[in-house]
Amino acid sequence: MVKRLTVLDTEKCVGCQLCMFACSRRFGEGGFAKSAIHVKSIGGVERGFAVVVCRACPSPPCMKVCITDALTLRKGGGVILNSSKCIGCGRCVEACPFGAIFWDDEANKPNICVHCGYCVNYCHYGVIKLKE
Amino acid sequence: MRLDRVLYVDLSRRSFHVENRPDLFEEYLGGVGVAIRLLAEECPPNTDPLGPDNPIIFSVGPLTGLFPMASKTIAMFKSPLTGNLGESHAGGRTASAIRMAGYGAIVIRGSSETPVYLAIHGDKVYFRDASGLWGVENSYTVGRVIRELEKGAGFRTIMRIGSAGEKMVSYASVVVETYRHFGRLGLGAVFGSKKLKAIVISGKYSIKIRDVGYYRNVYDEIFNLAVKSLLMKKYHDIGTSSNVLPLNELKALPSFNLKETSLENAENISGENLAQKYLGRRIACSHCPVACIHLATLREPYEDEPYFYKTTMIPYDYEPLYALGSMLGVTDPVEWLKLMDEVEIQGLDAISTGVTLAWATEAYERGIITSNETLGIELKWGDSNSYREAIRKIVHQPNEFYSALARGVEYAASKYGGLDFALSFGGNEMPGYHTGPAAYLTFSTGSRHSHLDSAGYSIDEEDAKTGVNRTPKEIAEILFREESWRQILSSLVLCFFARGIYTPEIVVKTLRVIGLDTTEESLRKTGVEILKNKYLFKIREGFKPDLLRIPRRILEKESPLGILNESFIREGIMEFFKMLQ
Ligand code: SF4
Ligand code: SF4
Repeated sequence: MVKRLTVLDTEKCVGCQLCMFACSRRFGEGGFAKSAIHVKSIGGVERGFAVVVCRACPSPPCMKVCITDALTLRKGGGVILNSSKCIGCGRCVEACPFGAIFWDDEANKPNICVHCGYCVNYCHYGVIKLKE
Repeated sequence: MRLDRVLYVDLSRRSFHVENRPDLFEEYLGGVGVAIRLLAEECPPNTDPLGPDNPIIFSVGPLTGLFPMASKTIAMFKSPLTGNLGESHAGGRTASAIRMAGYGAIVIRGSSETPVYLAIHGDKVYFRDASGLWGVENSYTVGRVIRELEKGAGFRTIMRIGSAGEKMVSYASVVVETYRHFGRLGLGAVFGSKKLKAIVISGKYSIKIRDVGYYRNVYDEIFNLAVKSLLMKKYHDIGTSSNVLPLNELKALPSFNLKETSLENAENISGENLAQKYLGRRIACSHCPVACIHLATLREPYEDEPYFYKTTMIPYDYEPLYALGSMLGVTDPVEWLKLMDEVEIQGLDAISTGVTLAWATEAYERGIITSNETLGIELKWGDSNSYREAIRKIVHQPNEFYSALARGVEYAASKYGGLDFALSFGGNEMPGYHTGPAAYLTFSTGSRHSHLDSAGYSIDEEDAKTGVNRTPKEIAEILFREESWRQILSSLVLCFFARGIYTPEIVVKTLRVIGLDTTEESLRKTGVEILKNKYLFKIREGFKPDLLRIPRRILEKESPLGILNESFIREGIMEFFKMLQ
């Protein structure tokens, strides 16, 4: 079975953002311009964090609104981005009900999670995991 | 995005521009190295710390955003507390936000006529009206409001002041991300003097690396070292408050204004007890796997309604446990948490507040001051209610006495008497280590007069164990070497807790990743130079090592290394300054 990234327990998240940095490091970059995972506080760090990731929907709303067919269905759910077809209109961002598509301002393209699991290796607190 | 971009913001003119300063970043890396040069450029000699000419400098480093724990932001300014070099470090999301916004440093000049807060979103800088926020008593509320108003959740930092900053208490802090601080030396008062209520910074620029494979390798090496290290365990599990019990055991925990060196009920305010009974959540600075920030949960019933509770999260660390706990004899954890909460709400530095109140309590006990001065508040060891009331009065300064307390212990004691037991060094209230001569040499010689400058306490702790006797010169040499190396760490804005991981060898590797070929030797040289630059500034502003005041009290109380000797300390100070020549 193809795996997908899942969030196990946000209560354990310490907000270190190492997962976000890891995701951009896939491209050998520092920062999080290319990150497809996002961690933010739920109204102040004292209340804990929301870890926003692609849910790998079987019938992805983001794909349906893409007018250039830059997004195609991924085996196991979610989408695959064909960057050369993407015109940077941002409709997918609005269509995702989880707000799990992030924007690379420099490239003017969406950051789409490929469920590779690289980020999982850097979460010391077992918050995220690749699951079938 | 390049690191050497410096954002200059002028509050008087409400204008801003960016300059590339490769001259500074190539020579001094970033962080303190760059900040001290910018401060020297921007701050005219003898500037009034609370006047419009006092600049605020923030800087980050070349590893920020790339490597774990390069997570500090350096703030430099002229300190309203000491009238000299102001330097304070804070974590949270400050460093990554500044770097991702596209800057290596930010310089804030001038002063606004009306309350303002700055919103820096990448290349855009907005001067937002803050008249509504001015006067909002609680620093938490300010954060909450700005969180809703501004974009960039997860990519941003929110720095703000509480009432103490507005009222320019000399040791007012700037609170970041609710639980971290530019605590020491009064940055909050400088914000207040400029009518600057808050700064929010966000951005999403990337940092490109040429040799990606090498970058990932070095990253993994550091990450693995960090998560497997003992340090990680110590700072994550119990946190810095794990120091309470060993220092108490050693009889090195200053208590009751250092009339005592240990505390009967120290377990009550120990990290272990707090972790067991009150710990609610641990959080991390951006890009740090350690997560050393400990938040306690305080659950208080509402008086007027049954089964209604207010739950507050309150940060705790060793230094505040010392300053607001052992120093004031507050050993009930709930009372301590309430006191800490008040300090946070008002936006004060916990160490300076505690040490100042400890002096006031002893002065009251001795009759140097009376209820005429305190306006009826009875300052009594352990009485946290009176202390909370006194804290509010320090902030609002209803009479001369509280205005004096608002300027720190040195000022208050110079005015009312009792300098012998006013525990400050270079005008900065002392941290919680009565471990021996090396600790006091650090407080005296450190460029911030902070225990973190050169960690003399750890030399004392070692000597207490091994029984080694060192000469003043030997201690001064170790401190000088340590403080010089720490200039490199804080030019790379590495958290000092990670100093065991970022050995010179690892530092050299990380710098190679960003295309900087250097050696340990050359870094150490730069470190010395940065330290010298800091002292050039200090001396320009009137710092005189031979006139440093050594409070009598520290010489009266036995330390783990015996009774301390003034001439020993003075000799150490002179040896240290010889090395600076
Ligand atoms: S699974 Fe891969 S693409 Fe998705 S968030 Fe993690 S690192 Fe990024
Ligand atoms: S790495 Fe784990 S603990 Fe850190 S922010 Fe991501 S999910 Fe949270």
